[in-house]
Amino acid sequence: MLKGFIEVDIERCKGCELCIGACPPKIACLSMSKQTNKKGYHFMEQTQNSCIGCGNCALMCPDSVITVYRLKK
Amino acid sequence: MSKVIERDGVQYEVIWEKPKGLKEKQMHYCPGCAHSTLEKLIMEVIGEKGLTENTIGVSPVGCSVFAYDYMDIDMQQAAHGRAAAVATGISRVFPDKLVFTIQGDGDLAAIGTAETIHACNRGENIVIFFVNNAIYGMTGGQMAPTTLEGQITSSSPHGRDVKLAGHPIKISELVAQLPGTCFVTRVAVNTPQNVKKTKAAIEKAFNNALDKKGTSLVELVGNCPSGWKMTPVNSYIWWEKNMIPMYPLGVIKDVDNN
Repeated sequence: MLKGFIEVDIERCKGCELCIGACPPKIACLSMSKQTNKKGYHFMEQTQNSCIGCGNCALMCPDSVITVYRLKK
Repeated sequence: MSKVIERDGVQYEVIWEKPKGLKEKQMHYCPGCAHSTLEKLIMEVIGEKGLTENTIGVSPVGCSVFAYDYMDIDMQQAAHGRAAAVATGISRVFPDKLVFTIQGDGDLAAIGTAETIHACNRGENIVIFFVNNAIYGMTGGQMAPTTLEGQITSSSPHGRDVKLAGHPIKISELVAQLPGTCFVTRVAVNTPQNVKKTKAAIEKAFNNALDKKGTSLVELVGNCPSGWKMTPVNSYIWWEKNMIPMYPLGVIKDVDNN
């Protein structure tokens, strides 16, 4: 069962990589895609299932592209 | 109550989503710009407080000139540097509305110094958001009054010389001396913790304006990846290393705690 996951609006992502630095080092579930969006930016994607839904990536994201979900207690 | 969705038969709650007050239009800001984070936080606070119908924003000339395209509230665009004067007029005509301005350092600290200082001195019930990124971002990275000593910009290629251009101006300390201001604080959005502190400062500033306590000024020490000629991640490192020691974070004036 996933503790959390994110959804990314890839067309709005500008590839600034701030979310990757904000993800806790022990979790490190984000990386930049090799593909690009319509504007030509490498967008961010979740590549590991280790997300805990802390929301740090969404707090740092300047363009509000990330929606964060956390397991309901 | 937060929203709940179901995936694989398990319930997940929404921790963070795009604020409803932000329009769908993609922001024109460069990747990693602190302007976008500030506008996101302002709309988050306005949405949470249910003030969407009761808020009037004033956008300046500078990078945040198109703020009215992104924020789904009533907005007015002011002449260069005059946002505080326009906000004064709006708040006097509509005393029940929440009025705020978003200004950069070229707008507020250079051409609009007089308007800003006098609006603060009169204690108008407005909130001023001051994005200080030490550069004129929109016009191509020229030296601004807040540019750090020795900082290389496109109009100071050998670094800012204080004998020629003077010392960087600290607007927050300046207006904190005026009796009209009730809350002056300096924040940043370079870490998730600082983002949360910035949101709390925005909330406090809006509460002050609603309680008619006087002028609140929230200075956001920001970055300008394009103007500083850095990648967004490197600009955040430079920001923490050089900007924050020069412009220390924290509350400078708060009439509630005196």
